[in-house]
Amino acid sequence: MVENILTALLVVGVIGVLAGVLLAVASHFFKVEEDETVKKIREALPGANCGACGYAGCDSYAEAVAQGKAEPNLCIPGAAAVADKLSEILGVSVETKDSGVAFVACNGTCEATSKKAVYEGIETCEASGMLFGGASSCIYGCVGCGDCAAVCPVDAICVRNSLAHVNPELCIGCGKCVKTCPKHIISIIPKNATTAVMCSNKEKGAVARKNCKNACIGCKKCQLNCPENAITVTNNVAVIDYSKCSGCGVCIDNCPTKCIKNLNKA
Amino acid sequence: MDTFKSLVVILMSSVLVNNYVLNRFLGICPFLGVSKKLNQAVGMGISVIFVMLVATAVTWPIQTFILEKFGLEYTQTIVFILIIAALVQFIEIVLKKFIPSLHKSLGVYLPLITTNCAVLGVTINNILDGYNFVESMVSSLGCGLGFLLAMVIFSGVRSLINESKIPQALRGLPVTLIAASFVSMAFFGFAGIVDNLFA
Repeated sequence: MVENILTALLVVGVIGVLAGVLLAVASHFFKVEEDETVKKIREALPGANCGACGYAGCDSYAEAVAQGKAEPNLCIPGAAAVADKLSEILGVSVETKDSGVAFVACNGTCEATSKKAVYEGIETCEASGMLFGGASSCIYGCVGCGDCAAVCPVDAICVRNSLAHVNPELCIGCGKCVKTCPKHIISIIPKNATTAVMCSNKEKGAVARKNCKNACIGCKKCQLNCPENAITVTNNVAVIDYSKCSGCGVCIDNCPTKCIKNLNKA
Repeated sequence: MDTFKSLVVILMSSVLVNNYVLNRFLGICPFLGVSKKLNQAVGMGISVIFVMLVATAVTWPIQTFILEKFGLEYTQTIVFILIIAALVQFIEIVLKKFIPSLHKSLGVYLPLITTNCAVLGVTINNILDGYNFVESMVSSLGCGLGFLLAMVIFSGVRSLINESKIPQALRGLPVTLIAASFVSMAFFGFAGIVDNLFA
């Protein structure tokens, strides 16, 4: 009886010890030398795997930086803090890039637009937008199926009232939504921007107004009144040049359809 | 010829009739977890085939020459778990050193297989069915292929599920489980095929 227990213990024990020794030996002899700088860089990165740097994720960006293939200031979510850390690890100095926030240039809420059809199908903006430009009366505006919200790595976008909203406090400015939006109405604007045009409709004034009550009608009132010459109306829609904009707010007061908004109040 | 015939029967029955995922319900975790995309499903399936073959090649001699010799068949489960876990870790280390590209493509699947009950099930069932070494290897190859087949079929089913409108209450895992049961039922249709293969 005791012998049985002992043999069992011995056999299982020996197999266990052998397996352990095998693994220990293997991990010693087959050790892969991992680059220390890659590890350090990877730890300094935010780890959102957002892809804003142009690489597949934080791991491949860290590898590229360590090999000198990529600049250390490409991480947009990490901004200046991460760029500083990376340049410290690498021992080089770099210019830091200002990060921005995503902004949805559309204010076509359910009240402002009308539905020209009821869409029933695959619930993505891409699919819905392919059918006659979407169910909304404005074919330039937000489709509201939330493709941008689905792709956002930090959950900064939500869809309310069939309109995508970006939470500027959560947004890391990676630009994934910019690439995803089938209507191309999302852009990255500077973090300190105070005014923005909430419309992308390129139709002529009367038509735009008919399709959406909040549309930019291209009247050029903002362009004429802007003291900094920062606004130009191109393709029937006002565009703000943020390198010139001082945030005085004259355009907001002058806009007849209230499609230029003060972002701090919105 | 007879041995060849019996080997083919073992192979076909383990691929189709006694499919580990769909008929014996082993290895459900990766079946539901990594069947979302076809390339992931294929990667997982190939890893499982590989590990099943290696595990059988090691556990069969240990059972025959060590456990049976000492009358320790009752320790089979724990010894096999120990061996398979150590083996997978060993393979991972070796792959990382010598074939980094394969290691990268197998990725997380390799450590996941460490505790995959389908692998343990194959090694134990080979002993229970009284297979010799060659038959055991063919049987594990068949089981691995069956796993791959189930994964590939189910990844197709899941991509169809993703594109269809599903009632709110059933979205996500519930509808996946229902779909899995349908695929499983379809596989019961293979029962009886193998006996008449050479008739």
